[in-house]
Amino acid sequence: MIARIKTLAAATLVAVTLAGPALAAGEVAIEAQDWSFGGIFGTFDRGELQRGLQVYQNVCATCHGLKHVAYRNLGDLGYTDDEVKVIAAEKQTTDGPNDEGEMFERAALPSDRFVSPFPNDAAARAANGGAYPPDLSLIVDARAGGADYIYGLLTGYKEPPAGVTVPDGMYYNTGFGGHQIAMPPPLFPDGVTYGDGTSATIAQQARDVSAFLAWASEPNLEQRKRAGVMTILFLLVFTGLLYATKRKIWAAVH
Amino acid sequence: MAAKFENPIVRWIDHRLPIFSFMHHELHEYPTPKNLNYWWNFGSLAGIALVIMLVSGITLAMHYTPHVDYAFDSVERIMRDVNYGWLIRYVHMNGASFFFIVVYIHIFRGLYYGSYKAPRELLWMLGVVIMLLMMATAFMGYVLPWGQMSFWGATVITNLFSAIPVVGESIVTWLWGGFSVDNPTLNRFFALHYLLPFVIVGVVVLHLVALHRFGSNNPLGVDVKSAKDQIPFHPYYTVKDAFGLGVFLIAFSAFVFFAPNFMGHPDNYIPADPLVTPAHIVPEWYFLPFYAILRAIPDKLGGVLFMFGSIAVLFVLPWLDRSPVRSGQFRPVFKIFFWILVVDVVALTYLGGKPAEGWYVIASRFATAYYFLHFLVILPLLSIFETPRQLPKSISEPVIGGGAGFAGAAAARRENVR
Repeated sequence: MIARIKTLAAATLVAVTLAGPALAAGEVAIEAQDWSFGGIFGTFDRGELQRGLQVYQNVCATCHGLKHVAYRNLGDLGYTDDEVKVIAAEKQTTDGPNDEGEMFERAALPSDRFVSPFPNDAAARAANGGAYPPDLSLIVDARAGGADYIYGLLTGYKEPPAGVTVPDGMYYNTGFGGHQIAMPPPLFPDGVTYGDGTSATIAQQARDVSAFLAWASEPNLEQRKRAGVMTILFLLVFTGLLYATKRKIWAAVH
Repeated sequence: MAAKFENPIVRWIDHRLPIFSFMHHELHEYPTPKNLNYWWNFGSLAGIALVIMLVSGITLAMHYTPHVDYAFDSVERIMRDVNYGWLIRYVHMNGASFFFIVVYIHIFRGLYYGSYKAPRELLWMLGVVIMLLMMATAFMGYVLPWGQMSFWGATVITNLFSAIPVVGESIVTWLWGGFSVDNPTLNRFFALHYLLPFVIVGVVVLHLVALHRFGSNNPLGVDVKSAKDQIPFHPYYTVKDAFGLGVFLIAFSAFVFFAPNFMGHPDNYIPADPLVTPAHIVPEWYFLPFYAILRAIPDKLGGVLFMFGSIAVLFVLPWLDRSPVRSGQFRPVFKIFFWILVVDVVALTYLGGKPAEGWYVIASRFATAYYFLHFLVILPLLSIFETPRQLPKSISEPVIGGGAGFAGAAAARRENVR
């Protein structure tokens, strides 16, 4: 009887789960990509991250900030300290007040966070027709689907199907909820020129910048996974020993 | 009985302050039924989970800023710039979920084996108090990172109090410290989130005092008849609990290191914005069964009453289930209804995470009705009509060969040491 009830319960759960994902109009199907940082032993691909940084700097940074990431963090991408200084110095940031009580502009330093393109949210909205370009520091953690979602969105710009009209200032995108997005298509074939000779297709740029943003969301991912493998290996051995000890001690009782 | 200690300093202290005798009595020789199965591991696991939460939480508090303008950024600073801050926070985040997993299993174990029955009614009720305190603590803790779900979860849950007639609105304003969830709310939630865990520690101590009064219940549910039925807590249950802890830590680490955000909601990585409401406001998974009950009732006040009622019913459970047989093993009909209740609560958890529309609402109503039916109708009726199976005379009897029991095991242990 119990077994029958358990089977029934399992069957109900399966039925309930299967009934779930029926895609309604305007919903997004997120396709899983194969990322180097996925899985238990995942690590970032430095070349991919550096290309992604280039896409971010040349394309996204026009509108989107990255305020939780500091230039010094770019050392993780394989840049030397001097290279990081050069990357930081390309941007001007406001500092101060100085001895005269004045705020002043100076080149950004490795210790600075990424300089945001707009001084505040209102300015960001005003420059983008009322639509707010979100800061990208946590965008991969803040979207269901993570890097897959970002990739799907960046490669999701399509001609609208017959019968669908897209209002002015909006663009048709199958990767975005409701399929209408205020962000104009940001990527173009050869929109950036990669230093390592990689062909800059839209898919390639989308992939690189998605990986870069995954790193930006969680720069400690590699350290976390490495520590996890060590921790679990240790615990498996330790728990095995505890089990053997338990068996030995309990032998007299059983 | 004062234990004999070899160390003269320990002896000197113990003579004046019998702390070592106390520990020896309660943790070492403490007589425990010898037939406890692995479901009995979850009590000590819950205690360890509480310690993990306290240690990681106090460390987080050293780096966190409870202010609407800085809270979100201070959490990100912990994640990125504090040494191993990501680890401390992920342990705390996932620790909350695992604390609830452990406690829920602990509660269902008590339900199956009738651990709430005389003379353990107060032990059970103190446990329900701990669960309520945990819920309050977890709810306020979830608000602290000040993400979108933090803010909107706080808004929805505090608003429940507005359902109270006449004074509801005033109470909500008083809770908020203003006219919406804002900086005063965040500040007081942080203060209370730091306070309540220590209140939990206090109630846990009472829970243990009540437990040690009559000792653990056991899978057979029959009282301990003689020393043959018991073994000393140490080393038998210390090593069994340590092994259980190892298994727990493996599962816990798998989430902390490889899926740290699995049980969270992505929206909480978006800073709180009072002007943008998320499409679906869902609480953390461990609140979902209660959230489903709340939404199943078409009336706001009714929903709140039923939600709190679902926990209140646990308080009076010892008087609803009047069957003199504790263990579900010997109650053929109860056993079936127990598993239906488990399925019902799993269903409520699932439904609580779905939008309140279409068949989800209907299913939630049936599941809610069944939950109360189980406690208020089925259990009292079973107490009258069910014929329990023959109970064993003692714990030692059904064990083939009998085992040597407390005295024998203690003696065998001494043999092993020599």
